[in-house]
Amino acid sequence: MDGSILSGAWVEVARLSDIPRLGSRVVGTAKGDVAIFRTSDDQVFALDDHCPHKGGPLSQGIVHGHNVTCPLHNWVIDLNSGEAQAPDIGCIKRTPVRLEGDRILLALRA
Amino acid sequence: MNMLSPQRQRLVVIGNGMAGMRTVGELLARTPHRYDITVFGAEPHPNYDRIALSSVLAGEKTLDEIVINSRAWYDENNIRLITSDPVVSIDRVARTVTSQSGLVAPYDKLLLATGSKPLVPPLPGLTLPGVCTFRDIADVNQMITASETQHRAVVIGGGLLGLEAAWGLKRRGMSVAVVHLMPTLMERQLDVAAGTLLQRDLDERGIAFFTNGQTEEITGTERATGVKLSDGREVPADIVVVAIGIRPNVDLGKACGLEVNRGIVVGDDMATADASIYAVGECIEHRGQVFGLVLPIWEQAKVCAARLAGDEDASYVTPPLSTKLKITGIDVFSAGALSAAAEEDEELIYQDRKRGTYRKLLLRDNRIVGTVLYGEVKDGPWYFQQMRDGTDIEAIRDRLILGEAAASLTGTVDPTAKVKALADSAEICGCNGVCKGTITAAITDLKLTTLDGVRAHTKASASCGSCTPLVEGLLLLTTGVDAKAAGPKPMCKCTSHGHAFVRRAIVAEGMKTIPEVMHRLGWLRPDGCHSCRPALNYYLLCAWPGEYVDDAQSRFVNERNHANIQKDGTYSVIPRMWGGQTNPRELRAIADVADKFGIPEMKVTGGQRIDLLGVKREDLPAVWADLNAAGMVSGHAYGKALRTVKTCVGSTWCRFGTQDSTSMGVALEKMTWGSWHPHKVKLAVSGCPRNCAEATIKDFGVIAVDSGWELHIAGNGGIHLRGTDLLCKVETPDEVLEYCGAFLQLYREEAYYLDRTAPYVERVGLDYVKAQVVEDAANRRALYERFLFAQTFAQHDPWAAQNENTTFKTLVPAE
Ligand SMILES: Cc1cc2nc3c(=O)[nH]c(=O)nc-3n(C[C@H](O)[C@H](O)[C@H](O)COP(=O)(O)OP(=O)(O)OC[C@H]3O[C@@H](n4cnc5c(N)ncnc54)[C@H](O)[C@@H]3O)c2cc1C
Ligand code: HEM
Ligand code: SF4
Ligand code: FES
Repeated sequence: MDGSILSGAWVEVARLSDIPRLGSRVVGTAKGDVAIFRTSDDQVFALDDHCPHKGGPLSQGIVHGHNVTCPLHNWVIDLNSGEAQAPDIGCIKRTPVRLEGDRILLALRA
Repeated sequence: MNMLSPQRQRLVVIGNGMAGMRTVGELLARTPHRYDITVFGAEPHPNYDRIALSSVLAGEKTLDEIVINSRAWYDENNIRLITSDPVVSIDRVARTVTSQSGLVAPYDKLLLATGSKPLVPPLPGLTLPGVCTFRDIADVNQMITASETQHRAVVIGGGLLGLEAAWGLKRRGMSVAVVHLMPTLMERQLDVAAGTLLQRDLDERGIAFFTNGQTEEITGTERATGVKLSDGREVPADIVVVAIGIRPNVDLGKACGLEVNRGIVVGDDMATADASIYAVGECIEHRGQVFGLVLPIWEQAKVCAARLAGDEDASYVTPPLSTKLKITGIDVFSAGALSAAAEEDEELIYQDRKRGTYRKLLLRDNRIVGTVLYGEVKDGPWYFQQMRDGTDIEAIRDRLILGEAAASLTGTVDPTAKVKALADSAEICGCNGVCKGTITAAITDLKLTTLDGVRAHTKASASCGSCTPLVEGLLLLTTGVDAKAAGPKPMCKCTSHGHAFVRRAIVAEGMKTIPEVMHRLGWLRPDGCHSCRPALNYYLLCAWPGEYVDDAQSRFVNERNHANIQKDGTYSVIPRMWGGQTNPRELRAIADVADKFGIPEMKVTGGQRIDLLGVKREDLPAVWADLNAAGMVSGHAYGKALRTVKTCVGSTWCRFGTQDSTSMGVALEKMTWGSWHPHKVKLAVSGCPRNCAEATIKDFGVIAVDSGWELHIAGNGGIHLRGTDLLCKVETPDEVLEYCGAFLQLYREEAYYLDRTAPYVERVGLDYVKAQVVEDAANRRALYERFLFAQTFAQHDPWAAQNENTTFKTLVPAE
């Protein structure tokens, strides 16, 4: 049902255990790299692996709370909204993601 | 011979526990010479912090760390301490007590402080091996031993004690089930909503619950094998912990004819019906009430000591009580009434399901009469204070539930107004039971001006730190010093503590993980942030070599991926070249790697080695595998770590050279490579004072002279160029190694994260470093040995360990 709302499909990309807590993995998609994050409360989030500042790989940043700090110049990005924390301004595209048991499903657009 | 001694009275204390010894401590503070004191203890130990047994069970503290009064303390205060020998009878006519071993001690005044016994229901199977209670060190040792060989534990009792036991056993690797008689946990301290949240959180941590569970029998014949509930459910177990409550230990009082109900009855003066016998702690009953928390007991100790010292006015009133659960990461606060009891009672409730927080305030006549907080408890002490003060909350009612910050938004606030209003007896630090009067007295008497000073002398604000603003207020009020402005800078926005305090606390309190530090020191954000996590990871790594498990997720990308991220997201790879020496085999391997992986650029670095630039993340493990195969290891060119040891060719080739600087450099690099530091560390060795290796702008620079080696420290290049300071001169290469290891270890142990050696040495002073490393030979060797010990765990090539690491791979969506 979820899949039909988006003009794409839920695709399994990993198991939760493939990502360390407070860590991230990169998923290669037709539209570019997507970073999936796992927070300390075992929620998962997916953002383009491309910092709104100068394109740093967010997947390589330090995850804290529901945020990630970009490894290049320390912008802090909110994993929920994809927005940079004040005073920085910028936003990065989110990809719908959900957990089904241990499986991480990403809504990849066709 | 002491002329006063014939007039000294004899005080005998039965019970070497928290209440008894607190009373003795208060008494000595008032009148050190009035009594000859004898203390009988049934346990073999000196007085220890019973509360902390939970932390010992959970592996967060050691037994040594929870001793309150060491045996030396008893000696210093001329107290006769008799341990492992319980008193078995009291003769009130002869005024003597008799111990199990037959010792008879006469008294003028007697103090009963026998505590309580675990409540044990009359269940079949109670005496089987594998069944224990949770009261003293012997119980904890029994549980720890069991957890080493056994797997399943059942705890009977879902109250404070039972849950702390369950959590401790869980932390020790057992699978744990809790059997609880009531429908929700901790029903005496929490309402149904908070109790349910608590159960959910503990459930997530892997503890199983059997609520509404009436235990009927402990099963087993040789030893306990489980428990059977009255509704037929059976829970298998290798050990069973009974923690359903306590009952005052009144045996002695009863036997000698004192008035006893639930506890030994005392008046407001803490005396029993016999005016020469006093009683304090969990063994007493005062105005119908019995006790199970230390806060009222501290009050009893104070009053009892005052009476024993001759103060006829001291009188005990039970203070309002609050409860906290000591389970790392689970925050619960409760005080006063739990639910509306009368018509006019009102409840204010605020719940955030997503964050898992809950607060409830119970109001009567515009005053708080009860507080239950779950998940976020920092406002607990403030609500509790309003409750004790009976503050009328009408004016702030609309914001009250949001906590202190929201409720006190009243324009400009005088930072001292709040502490000024408190009575001297108001408790400021809940963790260590320190009140306002004690703190202001210490500030005045000892002329304290800093937060750390107050912490050191009073322990206030030294544990969880939540009372720090109050202590700062007191400093400002008493001395006019604004500790906030003058005090050490907090590490980051997640905490009010500075680096120095955190480093010391980690070592002093034996904290072993980042979550533990954050929890015990009251971090404001649960996972910290990108500044404090790498710092804590380093501090723990430095404090507990070989024991601490490095947390990759708390490392900056470079140290996690063991390569240096570049502006386009690719990496640079720099293999180590010992002392800048290389050979055809290494150069060939580097060239092959560059070809094989299409590496776009190569460069010789200022650190005398070769940089491969533009390596893709996914290629890193394979690049490393090839370099490893050629015998090369990581150069740590990316880390807060030992970078390079730059050398000149020295006496082997150079016509000016006085010593073999290259070999010296290689030896230094072999000793120091792989070491982690507060910041990057660079070394150099020059073969003569012409100093071609630029050793005088290095963290540790060595310059060869005819008669030996000059050692220089704390230099750096960079924006603020700083030449080194001369540390000393030594004669042999072995000494160079020893002094180098010692200095680096001193820096590792004392510097704040992200301070290089220059700011560190400027902070502590060159003389201090000389005193530690040059003048005190024993200390130097100890530092050196600690450095070498840490190195046994650090000198593993990170690349070798990463070959198996799959997190570098990009994931491919399943089709
Ligand atoms: C695991 C655990 C966690 C706790 N956590 C908290 C907490 O977080 N907060 C809180 O406020 N309280 C807590 N408590 C309760 C607190 O420890 C007690 O309230 C306090 O220790 C009571 O002091 P006491 O001196 O009355 O008894 P005890 O400290 O038990 O001292 C009594 C001593 O008397 C000895 N004794 C008994 N009979 C004799 C005899 N005939 N001769 C000689 N010696 C005798 C006993 O062996 C014992 O050593 C906890 C208790 C436990 C067990
Ligand atoms: C804020 C200040 C500095 C930053 C951010 C910085 C950054 C870096 C980085 C990222 C590298 C690794 C390059 C790579 O992997 O390709 C490097 C290497 C190096 N830096 Fe700096 N640096 C700083 C200050 C200095 C200073 C003060 C000096 C000395 C005067 C210095 C000397 C060197 C040298 C010699 C190397 C090569 C090291 C080696 O071979 O391992 N840097 N620096
Ligand atoms: S420092 Fe002295 S020994 Fe070393 S290369 Fe320069 S001149 Fe020669
Ligand atoms: S690219 Fe992310 S902070 Fe600059």
